[in-house]
Amino acid sequence: MMLQIISLIAYIIFAPIFGGLLAGVDRKITARMQGRTGPPIIQPFYDVLKLFSKEALVVNYVQNLFVFGYFVFTIFAGCLFFYGGDLLLVFFAITLAEIFLIMCASSANSAYSSMGAQRELLQMMAYEPMILIVAIGFYISSGSFAIKDIITSKISAITFTPGIFLGFLFILTIKLRKSPFDLSTSHHAHQEMVKGLTVELSGRILALTEIAHWYENAFLIGVLAIFIINSTWWSWIVALVVCAIAYFIEILIDNTYARVKWKVLLNSSWIVAFVFGILNLLALSYIK
Amino acid sequence: MSFAAKSPWLIHYDGSSCNGCDIEVLACLTPVYDIERFGIINTGNPKHADIFLITGGINKQNESIVQQIYKQMPSPKVVVAVGACAFNGGIFKDCYNILGGVDKVLPVDIYVSGCAARPEAIIDGVVKAIALLDEKSKSAS
Repeated sequence: MMLQIISLIAYIIFAPIFGGLLAGVDRKITARMQGRTGPPIIQPFYDVLKLFSKEALVVNYVQNLFVFGYFVFTIFAGCLFFYGGDLLLVFFAITLAEIFLIMCASSANSAYSSMGAQRELLQMMAYEPMILIVAIGFYISSGSFAIKDIITSKISAITFTPGIFLGFLFILTIKLRKSPFDLSTSHHAHQEMVKGLTVELSGRILALTEIAHWYENAFLIGVLAIFIINSTWWSWIVALVVCAIAYFIEILIDNTYARVKWKVLLNSSWIVAFVFGILNLLALSYIK
Repeated sequence: MSFAAKSPWLIHYDGSSCNGCDIEVLACLTPVYDIERFGIINTGNPKHADIFLITGGINKQNESIVQQIYKQMPSPKVVVAVGACAFNGGIFKDCYNILGGVDKVLPVDIYVSGCAARPEAIIDGVVKAIALLDEKSKSAS
């Protein structure tokens, strides 16, 4: 109980630092892959601090409300996850946070913003089946939706759900907003519709979306980790290594693949969810 | 040093230029010059930008657009006019459509000369713009 509360407080304090550093390392590795030097690793913190000092041009005030909603529910989902709570509830909370972001983008009377919102909705439609299969997979393999039960089970969840792990890696590309699936908004030079979702945001409101993105990334790495973590102490180290390798692969995919059209995104995500996800679940239901 | 100097995001707009200066601006992003190591990002969105890099002599059609982009940028902001055309219309000065330089429509802070301006000169101009941004943001706060 005490450990759960410490974990929760640690998430609230350290997740933005971790997320920011992750973003910085991401940019540095991307730059090195492209033959450039790249910005310093703490650059994302400079970016966010600069945004706080800029004038916030408000298109309409309901946008600010929606960004706060996105921010609060992302942290809520992460907190619930790191407290060891119900995984299904966590996934629903993060979905709600995304809905707030979509509504924020829709509320601005802007063509690029609306297109970004529609594409984000499409992306959600693409990855939601796999997310639900992840939750179900954990339930079948460890008998509970609660994260504190998943990480204290004798055998790592991945031994029962390898297909689901691969499927989750596939849709992680969508959630992390990496090429080829960065349709709704993307990092900087990859833009397609100006900035899509965040085109009408500026100043401290934009800074909030960036920090919320860091909290979300910390949470997503956590989901990757609980596939590996079991009741032994060294599984935590293995989980760390696996997460690092997986994130590096995501950066590599980001740099090697061009953005796809929405139909390819939707079709490939659902095919992966079916082939890796449902077949794994069927196999599990025979074993368990 | 304020954070505006550590993370200056720029927006580049072609205000009726021949594209020579635009190509040189984009060359600054390539591995040879790599301005991202200073934290500079070329964003296409004026709402996210601090520095406005304009090339070209501005014509009647894009006069209101250039002003609109400038208005959409949140303060503090800096305008950098890149190239001879942005300075006074350059080689196209006597053309019937060219207004004759960016300062006819916007308050320009930095001029980068050249036809086309070299990436080194553009980077120099952007570095001066960052120093100016730093001053503006300090005096604003």
